Amino acid sequence: MTTTSPPTRLHSFKPINFAFGVAGLALLIASFNAIEFDIFEILEGGPRLTRLLGQMWPLNFPAVPRLLDQLWITFLMAICGTSLGIVISLPLVLFAARNLTPHPIVRFVVRTFISFCRTVPDLIWALIFVIVVGLGPIAGALAIMMDSIGFLGKFFSEASEEQDVGPQEAIKAMGGSRLDVAMSVVLPSAMPAFTSDALFAMEKAVRASVILGLVGAGGIGMELKVSMDLFQYETAAMIILLIFCLVVAVEQVSNRLRGAIIGGH
Amino acid sequence: MRVKSLSLTFANGLKLFDGIDFSVDEGERVAIIGRNGAGKSTLLRAALGMIPRSKSEGEWLYGEPMHNISGRKRRRLLCQVGFIHQRHNLVPRATALTNVIHGAMVRYHPSFRVWNQALAPAHLRDEGMELLERVGLADRALNRASALSGGQSQRVAIARALMQRPKLVIADEPVASLDPVAGEEVMELFSRLVAEQNSTLIFVSHHLPHAVRYADRILGVRDGRIDLDCAADAKSIEELGNIYGDNDDDDD
Ligand SMILES: Nc1ncnc2c1ncn2[C@@H]1O[C@H](COP(=O)(O)OP(=O)(O)OP(=O)(O)O)[C@@H](O)[C@H]1O
Ligand SMILES: [Mg+2]
Repeated sequence: MTTTSPPTRLHSFKPINFAFGVAGLALLIASFNAIEFDIFEILEGGPRLTRLLGQMWPLNFPAVPRLLDQLWITFLMAICGTSLGIVISLPLVLFAARNLTPHPIVRFVVRTFISFCRTVPDLIWALIFVIVVGLGPIAGALAIMMDSIGFLGKFFSEASEEQDVGPQEAIKAMGGSRLDVAMSVVLPSAMPAFTSDALFAMEKAVRASVILGLVGAGGIGMELKVSMDLFQYETAAMIILLIFCLVVAVEQVSNRLRGAIIGGH
Repeated sequence: MRVKSLSLTFANGLKLFDGIDFSVDEGERVAIIGRNGAGKSTLLRAALGMIPRSKSEGEWLYGEPMHNISGRKRRRLLCQVGFIHQRHNLVPRATALTNVIHGAMVRYHPSFRVWNQALAPAHLRDEGMELLERVGLADRALNRASALSGGQSQRVAIARALMQRPKLVIADEPVASLDPVAGEEVMELFSRLVAEQNSTLIFVSHHLPHAVRYADRILGVRDGRIDLDCAADAKSIEELGNIYGDNDDDDD
């Protein structure tokens, strides 16, 4: 029979931690106050929600052929944007990856550019390109391109840095250049990772491309905005359903492909 | 090849070399022996200036300094060195033939590069296949390196180094992962191929009879310096074994 008693329950209690906890809670309460969060006001919206749902029915089926056209454009916009992003990101890896960059300063500059592409939201890119190249899907594709560079530039570089250094050293030891190392070792070794990242970028782009239409960058998003503005809720509901189907389909296909790539090497 | 006053201290404070001096003449065949962890592999890499932390009064290859020179010049010097790494260092997802053809990559001007067997010109594919055949792996040409056994990948590594048509071959335990019979065979073949190309040979071996048979000169590494430097036939195998003697407190 042991006589050792369990340690005190509040053995890690420290006034400073308690103070941090209280401060955090106060901040949270202040935040909800600041946005005038009022649960009753939200509940009052309930009947309006049921009315909206009612107005969405019956779905606007006759519009489906026209909407499918627009959905197709949205999808193509995502594909083109992502492809441009891939084509631009791959050479950037030569400068942004630690194991391939000619100089740390070059790496810093290129990585800063990539971060910049990533931190500017895609909606802002779309607004910029709508001004530059005009309304339509080209602006959308360019916005997605910038977003993909931000995403893929980072992930491609990281995949490149994760590769085994042994074979890279072997190529350097035989007098190979950085480009030789990249093309003969890094590219083939990191191919599964690159492909998987590219597929993620494409999924992300399909979801984003829907929203981009709202600011005039072409595709189904434009239809959604118009139908909402004109109170055509049956059409809006149909659009949302179609978008849902597209996103799910793209994710399914992309998951399958990714599974095949990761399982097959 | 000449190395002068090479010292090396790793980031973790491990002091490996303290003023190593040695040189190898053209056409010589040199064996390097020493205990595990003595620094043989590191010495060879440092001699080619591949270890940034090493400090020395310099490494020279064919009379040219390997230190403080432009990247392009360094690469041109390194082209002449075929290095067979202790861990082979093949590209795992590339085929055996592609790995061998990588060796030929540096024989050409930088504007002409072959990174894959499928894109290589016919004469390089022929040459690669011939070398694979000589190391007994012609039927594995299209297998990925990751699907080869240790011994097979070792042979591919040998073929890749010879594909460079190097003036100097550096082999870090070239037959370490081969069975005794194949080891003998490959060592024989290897030294013949090296002789055919009139290359200088530096190799590391833990198998003293190999060192005696295939080298003219033997260097022993111990306690951060060259402890032994003699003609291959000057000492008996028992005497050479003293390099592994346990009278120091080196770990492992
Ligand atoms: N990057 C590194 N950082 C720290 N220590 C290292 C590093 N590389 C090698 N070492 C150490 O240097 C010593 C020499 O290693 P090296 O691989 O040159 O030995 P070796 O003589 O080739 O041994 P073996 O016969 O096992 O191949 C070892 O103790 C190793 O742990
Ligand atoms: Mg070694």
